[in-house]
Amino acid sequence: MITAPFDYAAPESLDEAVRLLGEHGEDAKLLAGGHSLLPLMKVRLAAPSMLVDLRRVPGLSGVERANGGWRIGAMTRHVELQDSPELGVVSRAASLIADQQVRNRGTIGGSLAHGDPASDLPAVVLAYEGELAVRGASGERTIPAADFFRDYLTTALAPDEVVTEVRLPALEGWGFGYQKFTRRAEDWAMVGVCALVKKGVGGECEDVRVGLTHMASTPLRATGVEDTLRGGSLEPRSIASAAEHAAAGTDPPGDLNATPEYKRHLARVLTRRALEEAAAG
Amino acid sequence: MTATVGISAVVNGETRESQVEPRTLLVHWLRDELGLTGTHVGCDTTNCGACTVHLDGEAVKSCTVLAVQADGREVTTIEGLGSAGALHPLQEAFREKHGLQCGFCTPGMIMAAAELLERNPSPSDEEIRHGLEGNLCRCTGYHNIVEAVKAAAAQGVRA
Amino acid sequence: MSIGAPMKRKEDPRMITGRGRYTDNIALPGMLHAAIVRSPEAHAAIVSMDTSAARERPGVVAVLTGEEMASDFAGPLAMVWAPPGVEIKTPEHWPLKRGQVKHVGDPVAVVVAASRGVAVDAAEDVVVEYDPKPAVVDPEAALEDGAPLVWEEFGTNQTHEWAVGGGDIEAALAEADVTVEHRFVNHRTSGAPIEPRCSIAEPRGDGVTLYSTTQIPHITRFVLGGMLGIPEDKLRVIAPDVGGGFGAKLQVYAEEALMVALARRLGRPVKWTETRSEHMTTSHHGRDQINYVTLGAKRDGTVTGCRARIIADLGAYQQLLTPFIPTLGFPVMGGCYRFPAIDLHFTGVFTNKMCTDAIRGAGRPEATYWIELMMDRLADELGMDRLELRRKNFIPKEEFPFETALGIVYDSGDYHGTLDRLLETFDLEEFRREQASLRAQGKLRGVGISTYVEVCGLAPSRAVGPQGVGLQAAFYESANVRVTPTGSVTVFSGASPHGQGLDTSFAQIAGELLGVDPENVQVLHGDTDQGAWGWGTYGSRSLAVGGEAVARASRKVQEKAKRICAALLEAAPEDIELAEGAFRVKGSPDKSMSMAEIAGAAHIPPNELPADIEPGLEESSFYDPENFVFPFGAHACVVEVDPETGKVEVVRYVAVDDCGPAINPMLIDGQVHGGIVHAIGQALYEQVVYDEEGQLVTGTFVDYALPTAAELPGFETDRTVTPSPVNSLGVKGIGEAGTIAATPAVAAAVLDALEPLGVKDLDMPFTPMRVWQAIEEAKGRGDGPRPSEQGRPLGEHGASGSGPASPAEGGGA
Repeated sequence: MITAPFDYAAPESLDEAVRLLGEHGEDAKLLAGGHSLLPLMKVRLAAPSMLVDLRRVPGLSGVERANGGWRIGAMTRHVELQDSPELGVVSRAASLIADQQVRNRGTIGGSLAHGDPASDLPAVVLAYEGELAVRGASGERTIPAADFFRDYLTTALAPDEVVTEVRLPALEGWGFGYQKFTRRAEDWAMVGVCALVKKGVGGECEDVRVGLTHMASTPLRATGVEDTLRGGSLEPRSIASAAEHAAAGTDPPGDLNATPEYKRHLARVLTRRALEEAAAG
Repeated sequence: MTATVGISAVVNGETRESQVEPRTLLVHWLRDELGLTGTHVGCDTTNCGACTVHLDGEAVKSCTVLAVQADGREVTTIEGLGSAGALHPLQEAFREKHGLQCGFCTPGMIMAAAELLERNPSPSDEEIRHGLEGNLCRCTGYHNIVEAVKAAAAQGVRA
Repeated sequence: MSIGAPMKRKEDPRMITGRGRYTDNIALPGMLHAAIVRSPEAHAAIVSMDTSAARERPGVVAVLTGEEMASDFAGPLAMVWAPPGVEIKTPEHWPLKRGQVKHVGDPVAVVVAASRGVAVDAAEDVVVEYDPKPAVVDPEAALEDGAPLVWEEFGTNQTHEWAVGGGDIEAALAEADVTVEHRFVNHRTSGAPIEPRCSIAEPRGDGVTLYSTTQIPHITRFVLGGMLGIPEDKLRVIAPDVGGGFGAKLQVYAEEALMVALARRLGRPVKWTETRSEHMTTSHHGRDQINYVTLGAKRDGTVTGCRARIIADLGAYQQLLTPFIPTLGFPVMGGCYRFPAIDLHFTGVFTNKMCTDAIRGAGRPEATYWIELMMDRLADELGMDRLELRRKNFIPKEEFPFETALGIVYDSGDYHGTLDRLLETFDLEEFRREQASLRAQGKLRGVGISTYVEVCGLAPSRAVGPQGVGLQAAFYESANVRVTPTGSVTVFSGASPHGQGLDTSFAQIAGELLGVDPENVQVLHGDTDQGAWGWGTYGSRSLAVGGEAVARASRKVQEKAKRICAALLEAAPEDIELAEGAFRVKGSPDKSMSMAEIAGAAHIPPNELPADIEPGLEESSFYDPENFVFPFGAHACVVEVDPETGKVEVVRYVAVDDCGPAINPMLIDGQVHGGIVHAIGQALYEQVVYDEEGQLVTGTFVDYALPTAAELPGFETDRTVTPSPVNSLGVKGIGEAGTIAATPAVAAAVLDALEPLGVKDLDMPFTPMRVWQAIEEAKGRGDGPRPSEQGRPLGEHGASGSGPASPAEGGGA
């Protein structure tokens, strides 16, 4: 219930935050909303010696339309995404994270940087083929979501790097579906599926992307499903047939509530449902 | 390590200042430093919601907010809900509808419900149930809590 | 009239404004904070302990091991069941362990520091070297030859055997035309009140005051006094507002003893607050039984006999009531039915897990679960309607009081009445039509109906005390009723509520019997320095025993008030009546006095009272009931199962309960709602899970899944009213009824929903994965799914011969 002791700084600029991270190295952790980090610290599964709080750093929050896409500040909270229905599946997925109190604190940047494959937003950003803008001591760079998630709680971020922005294509005209399977509403996803479908003029599947939550140590794309469906029909039978590939190439971690086998089954069912939803949208 | 940090926050309308260890959770600052023991702790994992307070008008679990993160902000606890001498309509409704038994989850439940009604002044039963999914109650089976929130909503309550 | 009114609770104003006084809210001058060092091993020898680093941490006041505190305790933690003629293996159970640990979380040292943070930091500094031993986790495996022994010195993991029966079971099963047998698992659960435990001990003069989250302050003083060698007059125990108990606080815990010992050692107040992980690890668990049941019946459905073998996993030690809890269900192990022969055999087992003990329902939910599901199985085997089978075997209302084959006398009942009332609200035929049409669309809905009788109002001391089943205790309850000079009333009760609303219902009882507005009746409890000795709140006893004591004391006060009134009005006492809130002379309603006037005269008489009337207006009662009370009811649950994912959702729940006349119907509904959800939690969501090495897997609210509002429907509740002849109020307890009724209703509903898929058997909790696995397994067996299946009446289940896999044909053996 009580974290190990740590030092604390609340820098007023991004440069200062990056400097502090560089100075403290692996022992320092960034604090955004704190809803991934503080629970681990309270049960002492994490004990950083230094927390660098981003709350005073200006310019890291907000959603704006730019260059045909969306720019979402890293400190944008889940509630702001939830209240931005124009963000489509991002908004839907955000609205299903934990509970309202958590959504009022948790941030998109924090959620992605934590790299938990059971969190909702990583698979969504992956399916969107979004990018993360990051700032470190050596300057700015962008990391495609596809390259960002490396392993369980491990990302491509260097210890001194800060996620500043998430950039998503607008995906105008795409339909979306989001299926999250939990025992209780407030739980992490046992399995989650984000489906994005672009219909052609004849109603066929012009393009499709499927992101999977909690089916491996990182979020995954269900490429087998995408390849099967792309260019084909969006009739229920085609969708069902494509969804059968949902578990291909996955390596879901088993736990108390779900064996890997059950998760693979859920992935197939939820993928079909998410695609049906997306195709109807 | 762990020099204390000065914080200042407006709690229930009053400016409160303290030197705190960085690891001090907002709920412990409220309870142990300010004596506002109406905010309770029921778990270690951000599940139970007994510690729910408002931070700048939004419901948060104060066991998962550092006191330093409340620096410069407004905090409202159950003690600060409603006005002097007059209960908040949700408090009245919880009593009227028997929405509490042991009372331990109640302050957090009421604070979560207050924000729920702020976001959605006339929620359906299902919206109430989902709106309170971050708050556990072991006594009431939630039935009368939902009734209480509905009753408060019917009065056109906004927090 | 205050009895029977849905009076708003007197408790609420402080609780809805954040002014409740829970134990953890208390901060005392100079208070220190304790943290406990606990075993990470399920079973190990303690090789060495190094506390030096912890001692050196700034702010640490004391670090103490079990060896160092050995002299603080005159005796170990208590277990109070000594059934005549039965030896219960009871290892010494010290607050801090010396030499060996027997389950994860077993306390080995305590750290006391100036702040809780420092105490927790220093607890991590304590280095303990363990030599792990094999752990045993499964109770049936623990009984096998060669299993690792939790306690070498006993040479077995079997703690005790206890048997009870009535009627000739062998003959009964031999004469049965049909027998059904089944194995049931009542899995381990946690009480999980939202308020964690907390204890603060404060030295006061030559004594100690303990504030603690307890359901039993008087028992706690009694037990701790013995353990610590403190006379009761030097130990005060206070249960402030308690944030839910559910049995988890019906215990005298190691930490309570430790805090008192530390306060004595250190001369300063010491506080310990449980974390939720500690609660999951070391607050006692409940259930954890395996039940092997055989039911025999004639072809016409008349049950001839019931036999059950109950294996109860008690964990590593015996706590206050640990071995007794499975037994507590025995009085209702014939359900609502006239079973001529019942044979019960209990085996207790040690495992390397936390102890089990009372959790809401305590033995009765386990029993009702298998009784009701066995009645369903028997009906299916007979090809008989499930409700018809129940009706055929119900004890008819005209036969109460009814003595069962076990020699238990059910006080009153109308089992047909509650079932009929249920079916007025819940149209079963309409449901079957809806079910059939949904099945045609591939949707799986099912209904389960349970009927139950529960035994509560603990208890007649002669039945459960030393001369009865052997608890070394008595179970009367006390009340002291005092009318102040201005006519306000103070009720002191030995009960110790923690959510039940007794401040309100007891005020209603006293108010009614004293002619005083219940708003002017103050109810005090939970402090061993105030009022009479009492046994606390558990076992749905507080109204039927404690409330009756309040009524009896109130009536004594009423009688004295009448005598005073008669003297002042110059009338005969027998001519004074209490009517419309006033004491008045019968036939002369203008000659009357209010209680305030009588109370004034009792304390400051305008003229001298007659010589035979003492001043003052205060009476006590110690009420020991003649019998238990037996509330009953019928519940219907409708679930929908997602056939693809296995997820179960409760979509409708209807409860008809009978707990006699209501003191406050609003409180009854609240108890029923909460009880139902506790049972839905067990049936669908909650399970304490240990892995094969004895590591606790469900150590937080992330994994131990209490249902939230979002998982549940609203509830439809109704009541019938059959007074109990046992007490003058006619009341029966209702705190556990929902928990007892609902697990079989939910389970039967799940099995009914899955029926077209060929799933015939499934153990709780019905988690999505478990349901999905059962569906897959049934598919593999080739007896499902049957898409053309139509909904059918309850009784036709299994009529095609798909009964239990291996019914013991001929039974008996």
